[in-house]
Amino acid sequence: MKRSQTTLAAATPWLFAAPALVLLLVFLVLPFLMALGLSFTNQRLVTSEQVSTAWVGARNYLRLFDDESFWAALRNNFLFVVIVVPVQSALALMLALLVNQKLAGVRLFRTIYFMPVATTMAVVAVIWSLLYSPDAGVINRLVQLLTFGAVGPQDWLRDPKLVLPAVMLLSVWQGVGFQMLVFLAGLQSIPGDLYEAARLDGARPWQQFRYITLPMLNNTLIFVMVTTTIYAFQLFTQVQIISNSGASARVDSFRTMVMLMVHEGFRNGKIGYASALSVVFFLIVLAISVLQRLVLREERTVR
Amino acid sequence: MTTRRIGSRLVQYGLHALLSAFFLLPLAFMFVSAFKADEMQLLTDMGSLLAFVPYGDISFANFAKVFQNTPYLRAFVNSVGITALTVGLGVLVNSMLAYALARFRFFGRDLLLALIVALIIIPFEAIAVPLLLLVNELPWLGAEGLSIGWLDSYQVQVIPFIANAFSVYLFYQFFIELPRDLEEAALMDGASRWRIYWSIVMPLSKPVIATVAILQFLARWGDLLWPVMVVRGDTYGTLPLAMQTFFGQFPREWGSVMAFAAMATIPTLALFLAFQRWFVSSAISSAIKG
Repeated sequence: MKRSQTTLAAATPWLFAAPALVLLLVFLVLPFLMALGLSFTNQRLVTSEQVSTAWVGARNYLRLFDDESFWAALRNNFLFVVIVVPVQSALALMLALLVNQKLAGVRLFRTIYFMPVATTMAVVAVIWSLLYSPDAGVINRLVQLLTFGAVGPQDWLRDPKLVLPAVMLLSVWQGVGFQMLVFLAGLQSIPGDLYEAARLDGARPWQQFRYITLPMLNNTLIFVMVTTTIYAFQLFTQVQIISNSGASARVDSFRTMVMLMVHEGFRNGKIGYASALSVVFFLIVLAISVLQRLVLREERTVR
Repeated sequence: MTTRRIGSRLVQYGLHALLSAFFLLPLAFMFVSAFKADEMQLLTDMGSLLAFVPYGDISFANFAKVFQNTPYLRAFVNSVGITALTVGLGVLVNSMLAYALARFRFFGRDLLLALIVALIIIPFEAIAVPLLLLVNELPWLGAEGLSIGWLDSYQVQVIPFIANAFSVYLFYQFFIELPRDLEEAALMDGASRWRIYWSIVMPLSKPVIATVAILQFLARWGDLLWPVMVVRGDTYGTLPLAMQTFFGQFPREWGSVMAFAAMATIPTLALFLAFQRWFVSSAISSAIKG
């Protein structure tokens, strides 16, 4: 009796842990290990008698580095990161500073800026596709007005040079509200007496921003940049909707790594090859996160 | 009030007006276009501010067409069911694992915690392809007996997403900050661990439950990647997938497309407006991750 009770007591934490643990092992750890293993095979989605799965060594990786589509996808993701991360972070910070002021109606503006976040990305891509429509589209008209007619109508989604910037704009529109809230939380955790003291010393608003707000927001800033970077590498829904619209530029001009993964692994059934792509994708995300940790640690030791 | 102060306010309101236009106009454009029954009018209006003005042949005709020609209703019910089930079961099992980690000392606990934290880093995109292969081989005991392969089903869109390492971590963070007095008193009185978890800990955890639920909801509701890979027909399709299919059909009627888009947007927008406070706190919690 006593013994069974102690066994039960020892088992209790495992009983609590078991459901989630089993699910994590089967649907996260196992596929992750599978990705590593499969990337060294020629596994296909539909296996047949004629072509059996075999180890192919590093062939998938070698082929990947020879694949123009892979480099195009990587380039698209990097371009997205290089442009969207600074723009979106800066805009989010500006929005946060604006809605952090004591101003009548500021809560309404905060709600408005966050509304696109609550809009499903697939829907956002569809709305913007219509806004981007060639000839007499809303965006074309706006560009025409702002440039006093110097820039004529563009075919935004069919032009290989314009399709990626077009995706960037709609992505920033949809996502920036979330980072605004993160910055807002950072702003509100800065002690008010710091500004009080600065004001007494005669610091101007710009100086207060430069010497109090920015340094105090450092960790938030790093967090926002890193999550936006990872998010940019996960880019899929927008480009998938646009490529599926039947009216888009050639696919390499805007295809991302995740989209290429779907095309190779799912559409072409090349699981082995797509797994190699998954591993490379994971290593990039891992590198970004490790970099974040290192930067944050440095910050802590400096202080 | 000094003139400088008034000037600063004017500048701020000016900025807010511009930014509000930037964020609101695309949504207004969608809603207004959805009501324009005359496709020609909709397209000509795009060249002017009339794009944002509901006038002319205003009716629910486009919405009626969506219900007639697309599986909107089915997709909506699927989306609600799949998301609700995933989020609900997720809150349960993830908090249970976090409770075990936060309140028990057992062999392997530290290792388990380290593993969970490490798992947060793995993005779904990195495992989607092998997961597709895996679910294609899994057995399922359904109404028609045992079958192999989960493709084209509800379970394939729910079960892999219930457990979530980041949710476990958020719960764990919350639980270790929670005072233990009440739980210890209950333990003295002979309450079972399950009872303590269910009747004491969980009712105190509403903020973190809301955070986890909202983050999971946003991720699951909008997901297109997984449905594209595992769902073929309309039967198990979700809203984003149905949106993609309808948008890719020709000849395209923009009025109906916008009506579909509007109907896919209203539920989440309404949810957001009703629970705005919780959305804010979930954004803040996700920032703790770093």
